[in-house]
Amino acid sequence: MKEPGYFKTIYLSVKSLLTGMRMTGYYFTHPKETHTEQYPDNRATLKMMDRFRGEVIMPHDETNEHRCTGCQSCEIACPNGSIKIITKQEVNAEGKKKKAIDTWVYHLDMCTMCNLCIVACPTDAIKMGQKFEHSVFDKSLLKKILNEPGSKVKSGVE
Amino acid sequence: MSLLGEDIVTEDGLFVVNMGPQHPSTHGVLHLKVWLDGETIHKIEPHMGYIHRSIEKMSENLSYRNFIFATSRMDYLAAHINNEACALAVEKGLGIQATPRAKVIRILMGELTRLASHQLWWGCTGLDLGAVSPFFYAFRDREAINDIMEETCGARLTQNYVVPGGVMFDIHPNFQKRTKEAIANFKRNLTDYDKLLTGNVIFENRTKGVGILTKEDAISFGVTGPTARASGLSCDVRKWFPYSGYENVEFDEILATEGDCFARYMCRMAEMRQSVRIIEQLIDNIPEGDFQEKTKAVIKLPKGEFYQRVETPRGELGVFIVSDGAASPYRVKYRSPGFSNLSALSTMAKGGKIGDLVAIMATIDLVIPDIDR
Ligand code: SF4
Ligand code: SF4
Repeated sequence: MKEPGYFKTIYLSVKSLLTGMRMTGYYFTHPKETHTEQYPDNRATLKMMDRFRGEVIMPHDETNEHRCTGCQSCEIACPNGSIKIITKQEVNAEGKKKKAIDTWVYHLDMCTMCNLCIVACPTDAIKMGQKFEHSVFDKSLLKKILNEPGSKVKSGVE
Repeated sequence: MSLLGEDIVTEDGLFVVNMGPQHPSTHGVLHLKVWLDGETIHKIEPHMGYIHRSIEKMSENLSYRNFIFATSRMDYLAAHINNEACALAVEKGLGIQATPRAKVIRILMGELTRLASHQLWWGCTGLDLGAVSPFFYAFRDREAINDIMEETCGARLTQNYVVPGGVMFDIHPNFQKRTKEAIANFKRNLTDYDKLLTGNVIFENRTKGVGILTKEDAISFGVTGPTARASGLSCDVRKWFPYSGYENVEFDEILATEGDCFARYMCRMAEMRQSVRIIEQLIDNIPEGDFQEKTKAVIKLPKGEFYQRVETPRGELGVFIVSDGAASPYRVKYRSPGFSNLSALSTMAKGGKIGDLVAIMATIDLVIPDIDR
């Protein structure tokens, strides 16, 4: 005895298969409506969103000055210990001693891009960069020093 | 016969099979030990610990501002909602509330997260049950939401956008336009979803009447979320214990009575429509004002215990903070939805076939890092 609705089941299966295939066929014949990005061939035109968090950077202006006072708020705010700030005492023009940064060490390998250090910085000395291709062969290359050699703090930034 | 001291065939003739931890349908490192009688499932025992990162313990050494970021790595498909739960618990302790603008932004982001999570789930369910194309369509729509997240929050999955008192920064000027576009597209595409999977005879045969969870079992295992609602258990935290102003938006709690895989599938499909409805109500009505309430640089909670629950795409997430008055929590406990939902797996799958197990796991929507924190 045949199973009840045997042919009906076959009919329905084929019908639902065709419904699905009609849809995939539509996109097959309308390549303009697909959303694939040709990475990495589109590197030249690929622009990340302006808020995208790729790495911590410290912008320097033309005269090689940054805005970091060495207050270490970011170091305290970082949940992963990715920031280490080594400070030094500097004597300024009036002969007063002042705290300044010696080395701003950033461990990209330990950073989770949580943005907490950026929010914590009182002088907006650091921000998030949009670079995202960070793969390297040697882990030690991920330890970065963000203040450029010979740079100093912008005057007036407290 | 014995392998590593464990029986492969038990005394009463059951065959023991290890599924995972590297099985494609377990979506992560879930290890299931399955006792089989031929092809029929007799018992299942989940083994966990492969992805344990000790997030609860870690939080004890972090300040109340910092411990939130780690929860993005629990249920990574609902990172925003996890962050929100922690922020709400801290706010409860401080006795403050987020600003009206921040509340609306939180709901919008939360519902976008829910949409993205359900879309991914839909694609993976199709994939698990042998249909490859749904996966690509789901990812197309999810990509639009990820772009919104990237533009406003700065990250696609681990947003860390919620801070105690509000949100980290204001929404991006493009946010409303982009969201409206994404929602309009998604509404159109949702009919495609139905064409591809919902009405498919093969899919229906594999899910209808499979993996039934009764309402009583759902209650006794503490199952929450769409998995429980498909069994007729009303448990939507957004309705029962509204937070962030969910009491002011209109949406329906989706309930079904069958409790099988298909009911769970239909519940989630309907929930996507409800999320769209919530977003449409709010997207043009974001109140003006501050996006963050002023809080002290170092947050200290008063001595006591604070609990906050939220509805993630998978169910009820609870955050329990014990404070001894210091700047970091004395103890943090997360009640994750995935853990309780997984505990019901053995009951659901008992008596079914091994192929049904994949369908059941797909429709419980397991996210392993959420189960194993
Ligand atoms: S983004 Fe987060 S993890 Fe990275 S350095 Fe800043 S605070 Fe630390
Ligand atoms: S980057 Fe900002 S927070 Fe960090 S030490 Fe410099 S000024 Fe202070």
